[in-house]
Amino acid sequence: MKEKIVIIGNGIAGVTIARYLRKYSNHEILIISSETPYFFSRTALMYVYMGHMKFEHLQPYENWFWEKNKIDLKQAFVQSIDTNNKSLQLDNGEQVNYTKLILATGSKPNKFGWPGQDLPGVQGLYSKQDLDTLEENTKNGINRAVIIGGGLIGIEMAEMLRARNYPVTFLVRENLFWGNVLPKEESEMIMRHMKDHHIDLRLKTELKEIIAGADGKAKSIITNHGEEIPCQVVGLTAGVSPNIDFVKSSNIDTKRGILVNEYLETNIPDVYALGDCAEFHQHPSGDRRNIEQIWYTGKIMGKTLATTICKTKTAYNPGHWFNSAKFMDIEYQTYGWVFPKPKENEKHFSWMHPTKYLSVRICYDKNTSAFIGINTFGIRMRHQAFDKWLNEKRSVDYIIEHLKDANFDPEFYKQYENEIVAQFNSENDTNITPKKRNWKNLFSA
Amino acid sequence: MKLIQQIGLYTFIAGMLLFTANVFIGSYRFEEQTIVAQLDATQDKIDTGDTIANGFKAALKELSFLGKKYNGEFDFISDLNQAITLYNKNITTELVTVNGITPSEIEALYSGVQKDGKIIYNEELLTTVLTDPAKKQKLIDGTNWMFEGQREYADLESFKNDLNLKLEEINSSIGKQYHISTEAWNLVNLTKAFNVGGSKTNVELWFFLTFGLIIIGGLAYNLPNIKLLGMAGIKNNGIQQTSISNKGWLAWIVLGYLVGFYLLLYFAPHYLNNNILLVDPVSNSLSGKPAGHWFLYGFIYCVSMTIMAVRMYIKYRHNNYQIFRTTVVWFFQIAFAFLIPELLVRFDKPWYDFKNAWPLDYDFFFAFNIDDLLANGTLGAFMFFWGIILTLIIIPVMAYFFGKRWYCSWVCGCGGLAETVGDPYRQNSSKTLLSWKVERYLVHSVLAFAIVMTLVTLYAYYSGATTIAGIDVYTIQKIYSFLIGSIFSGVIGTGFYPIFGNRTWCRFGCPLAAYMGIVQRFKSKFRITTNGGQCISCGNCSTYCEQGIDVRSYAQKGEDIIRASCVGCGVCSAVCPRGVLKLENSDAPKKVDGNPLIFENNIVKLNKDV
Ligand SMILES: Cc1cc2nc3c(=O)[nH]c(=O)nc-3n(C[C@H](O)[C@H](O)[C@H](O)COP(=O)(O)OP(=O)(O)OC[C@H]3O[C@@H](n4cnc5c(N)ncnc54)[C@H](O)[C@@H]3O)c2cc1C
Ligand code: SF4
Ligand code: SF4
Repeated sequence: MKEKIVIIGNGIAGVTIARYLRKYSNHEILIISSETPYFFSRTALMYVYMGHMKFEHLQPYENWFWEKNKIDLKQAFVQSIDTNNKSLQLDNGEQVNYTKLILATGSKPNKFGWPGQDLPGVQGLYSKQDLDTLEENTKNGINRAVIIGGGLIGIEMAEMLRARNYPVTFLVRENLFWGNVLPKEESEMIMRHMKDHHIDLRLKTELKEIIAGADGKAKSIITNHGEEIPCQVVGLTAGVSPNIDFVKSSNIDTKRGILVNEYLETNIPDVYALGDCAEFHQHPSGDRRNIEQIWYTGKIMGKTLATTICKTKTAYNPGHWFNSAKFMDIEYQTYGWVFPKPKENEKHFSWMHPTKYLSVRICYDKNTSAFIGINTFGIRMRHQAFDKWLNEKRSVDYIIEHLKDANFDPEFYKQYENEIVAQFNSENDTNITPKKRNWKNLFSA
Repeated sequence: MKLIQQIGLYTFIAGMLLFTANVFIGSYRFEEQTIVAQLDATQDKIDTGDTIANGFKAALKELSFLGKKYNGEFDFISDLNQAITLYNKNITTELVTVNGITPSEIEALYSGVQKDGKIIYNEELLTTVLTDPAKKQKLIDGTNWMFEGQREYADLESFKNDLNLKLEEINSSIGKQYHISTEAWNLVNLTKAFNVGGSKTNVELWFFLTFGLIIIGGLAYNLPNIKLLGMAGIKNNGIQQTSISNKGWLAWIVLGYLVGFYLLLYFAPHYLNNNILLVDPVSNSLSGKPAGHWFLYGFIYCVSMTIMAVRMYIKYRHNNYQIFRTTVVWFFQIAFAFLIPELLVRFDKPWYDFKNAWPLDYDFFFAFNIDDLLANGTLGAFMFFWGIILTLIIIPVMAYFFGKRWYCSWVCGCGGLAETVGDPYRQNSSKTLLSWKVERYLVHSVLAFAIVMTLVTLYAYYSGATTIAGIDVYTIQKIYSFLIGSIFSGVIGTGFYPIFGNRTWCRFGCPLAAYMGIVQRFKSKFRITTNGGQCISCGNCSTYCEQGIDVRSYAQKGEDIIRASCVGCGVCSAVCPRGVLKLENSDAPKKVDGNPLIFENNIVKLNKDV
């Protein structure tokens, strides 16, 4: 039967499933989304403000792509869902029917009820509109911005404003930056790097309220220590949560996000959710969070659900954890799990360059010496290598020995494997000699 | 620091303005001793016993230009052209009376050709009319196609028409060897010689005021960036918001300036004589000869590459690939394209750039070049041999091992300019599918054109023919030199940097790049590997790819990038914020069907283009 599949949200999750649905079937496909007419890479919003790219560079597909592939687009906001009649109410008065509905509505910035949080000059960084707002808020220059919330979007926003040389104060509630993810040493390294970029970092500091000036715009903030910091822009980057307010009035079960099982099915037949807005009752992988607000999971979910709808029922299985980020000039990659503090059965091996911002931390099982995960800063590593080694349940010794195979830095970069291995040997009384790079190690099955 | 940079900028602009002004401020005079010095170097006597200098002086007198002083080059150049035309005409007219076919001889031909109411033109007639065997031979060569049996003429009129055309041709070619050449190199020499004012009065001072200020200003502008850009890392801040790098009005001004410069350089270099004078001392110290316009160009090329190489060092100081690459490509320009060829000239050897390979070096197989090389003993023979080996063996073998990057962004002069002077414009190359299509048609057509032209040339060279399959060898060479050699590679290729990006020529026009691209695409160890599922589709790689490759479209699928046009500049890898891209030469299998790690593989089948 030819379905009419309606997708709400043209982010990475919505667009990926649309592309695979098209690839696998000739169902009618319609994407309704309110933010922008075409899909763009949210992850790169910062680069537009910084002047590295224009907004159009953020669009991975040329505009003709959609029509040519018979993926219909509609720019509108869905106000409500009637699952009994399988119809959607749009803000432009239109009603749209579907046979299958896919919710891919993404996230919205958290606001914690701070006084003044809705004043002009106060904003998050999530959408294209937020980008335009920031442009507007800084168009006449500012003397200072205060950013609240020590996560990835916070440091990106700080970097953006620093790129235009605006003074930035960065309030972090905890005693470390991104301390729930990064081990102390690495977090401290990033914080040193923030100083290099003249970011005024305030640890253990929270926002109490935002004060309006005579013009009604934010003019300063007050911290929990009672300090007033004058500023014209306040960035709220204390995390994001699923953007599902309009779903709440429907029959679809929600908690923080739209509740789904491992097949991305909601409680209502023919209604699915994926991407940032989906929340698993229980994550099929066990070691991941029930809400995964990251880019690549939206892609994997998209392909998985398209397979289920068009081919065979397939459970979501994102494989081994990996991720990456960039803190100003320091690139970060992680494969497998490295928690800030080793768990009961775990041990960390950590190497840091004495002067440069380079570090490698390997987590392994201290009983079986099985490799568990790796964090690297300033050194690129090969995803394929670690994925393979995790599958093969290799030992830490094996990883150390074959580290050169995993190096992904550009040619002619100085390589540090010898130093790393030497330190590992001296700490662990081992006698490992690093193996020369060998393609066969990586590509033989 | 900011201040130094500002001063640097103004110094640079001042240098540029003076350099530009200098084009227009020469003053000129037709002086007798200059005329003698320029035109009678060999003391050749014309058949009539006079010298070229005297003939030219007479022409100047006739036009009352002799001794006249000019304050602008436009008047002077127009008068110079007029005088040369007059002299060339005079000398021909004069020599026609001695060596030409005279009016009485022509009359004799007309009457002799009519026999029994028919037109009968043959060698016999020529033998009776023309006693001078040289003249007779000329007419046989020129008109044998009109002989009886070859062609029928109904009446005298139609015969006269044909014959007169030929006679004019023959007569006007008389004395050619004594003509003053109006080719670029000679006009450059003459304008330089007759120049009596402007920068010629103090070459050192003017050298400082132009090149000196440009170099000092350029460096003073670039060097403070060590501090100003902040810590080492990718600093592309503001590039899309600044007029000059974002196709704003400043970019168009730069474009206009560059296009204007290239037009003068290629088509009227004598207008630059005042600037060519500035580099005479440099040229003399290298080759022992005064500078021509190509020397000026080479010098500017080296200076700009050096200033902008410094910029690259600072911008990419965290990236050894960029540092090494910039150093090597700079070295090849300075040593191989500039110093070595000039020094060869000093020792009376042919000017030869050992790294310039056919078909980029499109006139390598032109007769003049082959003759020149082969006339130069073992060294010349080696050069000829080397040029062939370079194209047939070294280029493809190296492209097999390293991809075309070893040439395009490590060795080539065009590439060197693009990677240094052009780097600020790399983001302006178009990434659309349409431009990819245009690129493929265009660049391969140029390659085909170069091959056909060269085959025709070589066939002509060894067979002695001048036309092959209806193609006139000289014409096809001219068309190629004009369209591809000048307009495409220079005026558009470099002039359009600010709008079309810095690899316009390399991407759309270079036949050598097309040739290596075929090797790279189908048989090479080189590829850009993508790192599993780490790509966040941000678009930095595509934006900064100077070849307009949509790198992201591969990276987000986890596919390796195996594209004919990739010059391996490494910038996509440098700007990627997630460490996704790595240029590699390896034996590992290439990933072209999507990467299982990210569950993404080849896209929507309905759409074959994507
Ligand atoms: C600044 C920033 C940087 C980031 N960097 C990274 C990174 O480096 N790596 C990483 O892995 N992740 C990163 N993320 C997170 C990543 O971008 C998200 O996980 C991802 O974009 C979520 O995709 P999605 O398709 O689920 O939702 P979204 O991209 O949010 O798309 C949902 C769309 O649906 C629309 N919509 C919602 N409700 C409705 C409605 N009722 N009617 C119509 N339309 C509606 C929204 O307007 C939106 O356009 C970043 C996020 C931000 C904001
Ligand atoms: S793909 Fe990368 S290396 Fe190749 S030309 Fe483009 S930017 Fe340079
Ligand atoms: S720059 Fe890197 S992360 Fe961004 S699109 Fe390109 S490969 Fe992907």
